[in-house]
Amino acid sequence: MRIGVITFPGSLDDRDALRAIRIAGAQPVALWHGEHDLHDVDALVLPGGFSYGDYMRAGAIASLAPIMSEVIDAANKGMPVLGICNGFQMLAEARLLPGAHTRNDCQHFVRRDQKLAVENNTTAWTTQFSEGEEIIIPLKNADGRFIADADTIKRIEDNGQVTFRYVGFNPNGSADDIAGVSNERGNVVGLMPHPEHAVEPGFGPDTATHMRSGLDGLRFFTSVIERVLA
Amino acid sequence: MPIFVVEVMPKPEILDPQGKAVSGALSRLGHKQFSGVRIGKRFEITVDGPVTPATLSEVENIAREILSNQVIEDVVSITEVSA
Repeated sequence: MRIGVITFPGSLDDRDALRAIRIAGAQPVALWHGEHDLHDVDALVLPGGFSYGDYMRAGAIASLAPIMSEVIDAANKGMPVLGICNGFQMLAEARLLPGAHTRNDCQHFVRRDQKLAVENNTTAWTTQFSEGEEIIIPLKNADGRFIADADTIKRIEDNGQVTFRYVGFNPNGSADDIAGVSNERGNVVGLMPHPEHAVEPGFGPDTATHMRSGLDGLRFFTSVIERVLA
Repeated sequence: MPIFVVEVMPKPEILDPQGKAVSGALSRLGHKQFSGVRIGKRFEITVDGPVTPATLSEVENIAREILSNQVIEDVVSITEVSA
């Protein structure tokens, strides 16, 4: 089981994503934006960061990178693809996911341990969660406000494409408290918060019992392992 | 050399927090007669060689597909100027 993580100029969390994949039990494969080669991976992660300095629009220039033609092709054939934060913005810019992102409504960069509800546990990246389960993973973004027109919002709500919703506090003004969405098929998922930062004791969010012990992010990666091996 | 100027604005229904912040500053400075500011983008694209109808349609395509995200933005104008 090989899961690729694509590094773009300005990616920040590619190493963390590779590490999360290894901790979850798969083989991490480092991929480069300038290649036209997915190196026989079974699934893909587009990591967080500020690719191309967020110039023009967050994720916009990265969505046009050479490797993205292979990513779009693989995603359309059903390969599981997870976009985290800047990766989510790239998938929206590449039109693999609905909607778009604008500046947080509060105008500030926000970093917090964020509670989310898992709204759909049938996507390639969420099968290890129960439906409606509340999880906590770190969130850190400046352009995290998910926006789509009213028809699109209704369509993705009706189709079960809203995968994660903010609980308790909407950190960026996203429509319908939407934190993450999937494509219709459920193989492509994007979310603003960072599962790869909640996979290892000592480095995750605080929990009720222990500091930095939150591991809710790990199940994103064990979910896709289960899906690919099934 | 010919230059195409492409202007892109956030859609009217999209909150423009940058514009709101500038609008707030104007109001604090006493410019009470100005009620709203919206901030967009201006792209200047230099053309190598002569401009043909095909060049214009290529610029229109680039403006729609790359320079703007139609979910949140509109291309409000494309004009040709010379440098």
